[in-house]
Amino acid sequence: MPDSILMTTLSNGLAVHLKEIHTAPIISNWLWYRVGSRNETTGRTGISHWVEHMQFKGTPQFPSSVLDKAISREGGAWNAFTYLDWTTFFETLPAEKVDMGLRLEADRMVNAIYDPEEVASERTVIISEREGIEDEPLFRLGEAVQEAAFSVHPYRHEVIGYLSDLKTMQRDDLYNHYRTYYCPNNAVLAIAGDFDAQEMLARVRELYEGIPAGPRPPRPAVVEPLSAAEKRLTVEGPGETTYVQIAYHAPAASNSDFYAFTVLDSLLSGPSGLNMFGGGGISNKTSRLYRAMVEKELAVNVNGGLTASIDPYLYDITITVRPQKSPEAALAALDSEIKRVQDQLVSPEEIARAIKQAKALFAYGSENITNQAFWLGYAEMFAHYDWFTSYVERLAAVAPADVQQIAQDYLHSRNRVVGTYLPKNEGEKNS
Amino acid sequence: MSAPVKATRNTLPGADDITRVVLHNGITVLARPNFSSLSVVVNGYLAVGSLFDSDEKLGLAHFTGLSLMRGTARRSFQQIYDALESVGASLGFGAGVHSTGFNGHALAEDLPLLLDLLAETLRQPVFPTEQVERLRAQLLTGLAIRAQDTQEMSSLTFDQVVFDGHPYRRPEDGYVETIQATKVEDLVAFHRKYFGPRHIVVVVVGAVDPARAVEQVERVLGSWENPEQPDLPALPALHPLEQTVRKHVYIPGKSQADLVMGSSGPTRRSPDYISASLGNNILGQFGMMGRIGDVVREQSGLAYYASSSLSAGVGPGSWEVSAGVNPANLDKAIGMIQSEILRFVKEPVSGDELSDSQANYIGRLPLSLESNGGVAGALVNLERYDLGLDYYRKYADMVHRVTPESILEAACRYLDPEKLAIASAGPEGMAS
Repeated sequence: MPDSILMTTLSNGLAVHLKEIHTAPIISNWLWYRVGSRNETTGRTGISHWVEHMQFKGTPQFPSSVLDKAISREGGAWNAFTYLDWTTFFETLPAEKVDMGLRLEADRMVNAIYDPEEVASERTVIISEREGIEDEPLFRLGEAVQEAAFSVHPYRHEVIGYLSDLKTMQRDDLYNHYRTYYCPNNAVLAIAGDFDAQEMLARVRELYEGIPAGPRPPRPAVVEPLSAAEKRLTVEGPGETTYVQIAYHAPAASNSDFYAFTVLDSLLSGPSGLNMFGGGGISNKTSRLYRAMVEKELAVNVNGGLTASIDPYLYDITITVRPQKSPEAALAALDSEIKRVQDQLVSPEEIARAIKQAKALFAYGSENITNQAFWLGYAEMFAHYDWFTSYVERLAAVAPADVQQIAQDYLHSRNRVVGTYLPKNEGEKNS
Repeated sequence: MSAPVKATRNTLPGADDITRVVLHNGITVLARPNFSSLSVVVNGYLAVGSLFDSDEKLGLAHFTGLSLMRGTARRSFQQIYDALESVGASLGFGAGVHSTGFNGHALAEDLPLLLDLLAETLRQPVFPTEQVERLRAQLLTGLAIRAQDTQEMSSLTFDQVVFDGHPYRRPEDGYVETIQATKVEDLVAFHRKYFGPRHIVVVVVGAVDPARAVEQVERVLGSWENPEQPDLPALPALHPLEQTVRKHVYIPGKSQADLVMGSSGPTRRSPDYISASLGNNILGQFGMMGRIGDVVREQSGLAYYASSSLSAGVGPGSWEVSAGVNPANLDKAIGMIQSEILRFVKEPVSGDELSDSQANYIGRLPLSLESNGGVAGALVNLERYDLGLDYYRKYADMVHRVTPESILEAACRYLDPEKLAIASAGPEGMAS
C-alpha cells in the first residue's frame, strides 16, 4: 500500500505521480487520459478505442515501424487500454531504459500522424476484433443488457462501439477526438519503480512541461433518469449453454455507498480486488450466490462485479445455468438470496473476512511493479488518488447495517435489467 | 539528460539464492525468499497426467486433479474453501499430458494452512459423489463452450493433425462422452494407483525463510509413500506429416474464423530449442507480433491478432502460427502465412532482426521474474527440464550464442512449407 508518493501538477496541467520501488531494476510508466466511451456521441461510438489503436501508428520521430521494435528491443512490455472513463498507455522497461517510454509518450501526446492509409487498415483490424468478440455469447448478452440499462447515458454502448459506426467514421473524426482529449491538462502521468523521485521529476518536466495545455475538453453532463420498471430481454444465438445476466444500477465510485456495495458484492459473489496485473484471484465457492446456485445444482458458475466509474454504472451478476435447469429457477434463487441480505443483518465476521480478502489481494498486487504503477493513476480517472489509498480503511469502516441498506436501496427489481442468453444449437461438422 | 536510475543489480535467481532439497521419499523442494512481499506462492507438480488415460476415459487425470479439492478425509468441500477464502488464499490443480500441476497463493502468515490443504487434498481426497457430479456438470458445460469456441476448436484440430498417432493428439480435458463415461470409482482407483511422492516438485517463493519452507513441506508431505506408484509410460515416436493437411471445423452462427497452422517443434531440452525460440520470436512475436503480425495485421489489416508460438515440453513440441480473420479472408491469410514460412526456411534472418530479438529476450527476463508467481514458475521449469540452478544467470550467454545460421537450421528441421497442418474453425467449411 502507498508509502511515499510524490504528487505534483506541472504548469500545463499535467498531473504527475511518482513512487520509488527499489525491489527490482524495473520502471513502469503509465500515461492516463480522461477519455473513454463516456465521451462518445451518437454515430461516433468506439472512437476512443480506435484512437488508442491509432496512437501505435507512429509519429515523425517514432514511426510505427520503429516504435514497437524500440520498446521490444529493450525487453519492455507495453500496451494500452480503453474503458468507460479512461484510456491508458504503459511501458514497463528495465530501469535504465525508461527514458524511451517517457519520450515516446510525450511525443505521441501531440505528434501522432493518423495517416489515412493506416486508418483504413486499422478499420478492418477493429472490425475483426468486434467480429471475434461477437462470437462470444457473453459479449452479445452483455451488450444487450448494457444497452437496455441506459436510455440516454453514453455508458449504454460497449467500448468497442457499434459496427455501423466503425464502418463510417473517418480519419478526421479520429484526429479531432485525439486533439480534443490528448492534452496535458486532461492527463495523469504515473511512474513507479527503481528511480530517484526528484531526479525523475526533473526529467518529466524537461519532456512534458513544454507541451501546451489544450482547451478544457468537454465533459458529458448526462444524467440517466431513474428506471420506472424492471426490464427483461432475451438474446438467442449458437451454443448449448444458457446464461443469465442481471445488471443493477450502482453508485458512482465517488459515492460513499460504493464501499458498502463492495463489501456486499464480496459476500454475494466473492472477492474481487483492484489488481490489473498479476496476483491472481481468490475463488468464490463460499460466497452466498455460489452456495445458493452452484451447490444447489441450478448453475455451474456465478460471478459478479462492481465497476468503479465517474457516473453511476452497473453491478452485474452473471450466471452460467446448469444444463437441464431453467434460467427462471436460477433467478429465483438469486432473488431469494437478495431478499435474505435485505431482511437480515450480515455478521461482523463476514465483513471482517471481506476485509482480510481485500488486504490479501493488495499484497498479491504489490508484488508487481507494473500493477503498482497502474494503481498510481487508476483512481484519478474516476475519483482521486486518496480513493485508492483509503480503500481498505473505508471497507473496514462498513457496518452490517450499511450492507443491508445498500441491498435495500439498490438491489430491487425496478433498478435492474435481466438478460437471458438462449442457445440455438445448429450442431457442428468437420470438413 | 536522460531519465535517472539506480544501478542495476543482479536479481536473477541462481544457485546461491535457491535452496534445493530432495526429501527421502523423492519429493524435491525448491525455495527462494522474497521479503519485499507480504505473500507466498506454492507451485509444483506431480508426475500424473493424461498419458495414463485410456481413450475411453480420456480426461480422467484432469477430472481427478480437479476433484481433489472436492472433499478430503478431514474436510468437506465447503470447509476446504472456507479455510482458504477466509484468509484470502487460493489453491488449485490442473492436469496436463505429463503432470498434474498445483498453484497456491497466501499471505506469508498463512503458509502452514496452505501446505496443510495441499497435503490433505493430495493424500486424502474422498471424491464425494455429490461433489463429483457437480464437477462433472461443470466439465460438460466447459466442453460445450469449447465446442463453440473457434479458437479452441482450431487449436484442438491442429493437435489432432500434427500429432496423429501420438498421445499428444488428445485433449487432456477429454470429450463429452469420455467425461460422461467416467465413474466415481475410476477417480478413486486412479488416485490410489498413480498419486505418490516420487517426482513431485514443490516450489515455495515469498516472504518465508527457505529452510523453514523446506521444513514445512517435509512436515506435511515427508511421510507420504506409495511403493506401487508407476512411472509415466514412454512416448512413442512422432511421425512427421508427409504432406500438407487442411481441416476446417464448421461452427454455425460465428462471424470470425480462427486459424492455426504449423508443424511439430523441438522438445524443451533439444540443443536447438533456443535457436528455434529466437527464430520464432522473429517470425511471429517480436514487436507487434513479428513478421507474421506485420504482414497479416499491420500491412493488410486482415486480422485482429496474428502471431506464432513455440510450445516445447517434455516430448515433441509444436510450432504454430495463429490468426483470427474474417472468413472471407481465410484463404488469403493462409497464403500470406505460407509465404512467410517459406521465406523463413529459405533465407537466414538478418543480423538486425537477431540482435533485436536477443536484446528483447535478455531485457524481458527480469520483468518476467518480478512477482513471486513469476519466480516460482521459473523454478518449476528449472526442475522440470533439468536446466540447472544457474540457468537464468547463464541465459544471456546462451541467447548471444544463437546465430542466423542456427535459426535457419532449426527452422528447416521443423517447418516445411509443403508439409503443414492447417486447421481452422468458423462459420463456413472452406477446406480444400
